[in-house]
Amino acid sequence: MRVRVYVTLKPSVFDPQGRTVTEALHSIGHDAVRDVRQGKYFELDVAAGTAAEASRIASAAADTLLANPVIESYRIDVDDPAAVGPGAAR
Amino acid sequence: MKFAVVVFPGSNCDHDAYHAVKHVLGQDAEFVWHKDASLRGADVVLLPGGFSYGDYLRTGAIARFSPIMREVTRFAAGGGPVIGICNGFQVLLECGLLPGAMLRNRSVQFQCEFVHVRVEQVDTPFTAACVPGQVLRIPIAHGEGNYYAEPDVLTALEANRQVIFRYTTASGDVTEAANPNGSLNNIAGICNTQRNVVGLMPHPERACELAVGSRDGLVVLESVVKSVSSAGGALAGSPQ
Repeated sequence: MRVRVYVTLKPSVFDPQGRTVTEALHSIGHDAVRDVRQGKYFELDVAAGTAAEASRIASAAADTLLANPVIESYRIDVDDPAAVGPGAAR
Repeated sequence: MKFAVVVFPGSNCDHDAYHAVKHVLGQDAEFVWHKDASLRGADVVLLPGGFSYGDYLRTGAIARFSPIMREVTRFAAGGGPVIGICNGFQVLLECGLLPGAMLRNRSVQFQCEFVHVRVEQVDTPFTAACVPGQVLRIPIAHGEGNYYAEPDVLTALEANRQVIFRYTTASGDVTEAANPNGSLNNIAGICNTQRNVVGLMPHPERACELAVGSRDGLVVLESVVKSVSSAGGALAGSPQ
């Protein structure tokens, strides 16, 4: 099952890369972009029977390795095949 | 006295550290591969600088899971002196032996230059031969040395006198201009609450001989020799 993990710096943590990207965007005319926060994106192929199980496994992976809880937080999306088409409400 | 210099794939200051310990300080040193399960009876553990695992994911994030780190953790828990320099410091942060984390330098550039750091505390094995307030001129070489800790952690670090080295001017003043990377409170190095584990971003091992521009870093290594000798080996962190 495919799981997407988005890791970002916590809002309270300064992001020097995001600041630099913001300034670069402004320098080429994209003034409407007020701020940029740069993060990391992972696609995990997880052997799991249910979306909940896949989510639990991905959370454990993020807690132990993918994210550093001191400075980062993360969000998980599971591409649940069972959630597509009829019966998706289950 | 024996130093274990841990070698991760991508370490590149391991030989500098080995040279400083063995040839400048005249102590025994041994390389320990990160997959080894033993520190070979070392009295001091040194995690060197470099780019372990290519800095993939985050600096030090993957090295912390190397088999030798279990032994390093056990050695530290037993009171053994452990020093992490640059990438070694980053590994110590990732594995939780020291609090906080590293962000990208404020400049977003890799910075390689001599800086001045002030010795804040001399009651650690790695500063015992220093004079309080002593200013050392030693180099930094890192892209991610911008020390960060949450406010309560930072407060505790200061209250417990765990800030061991601070970036200053040559005369020892803490200024914004003397802070090369944006570290909170100009922090260049810290210790754990037991004070036997020290991490710092600057490279004392690269400043042990006048031929390389400074020998100010030697006192850090001399300190641990003094500490371990005067403790009669009692610092050695072999588990009970």
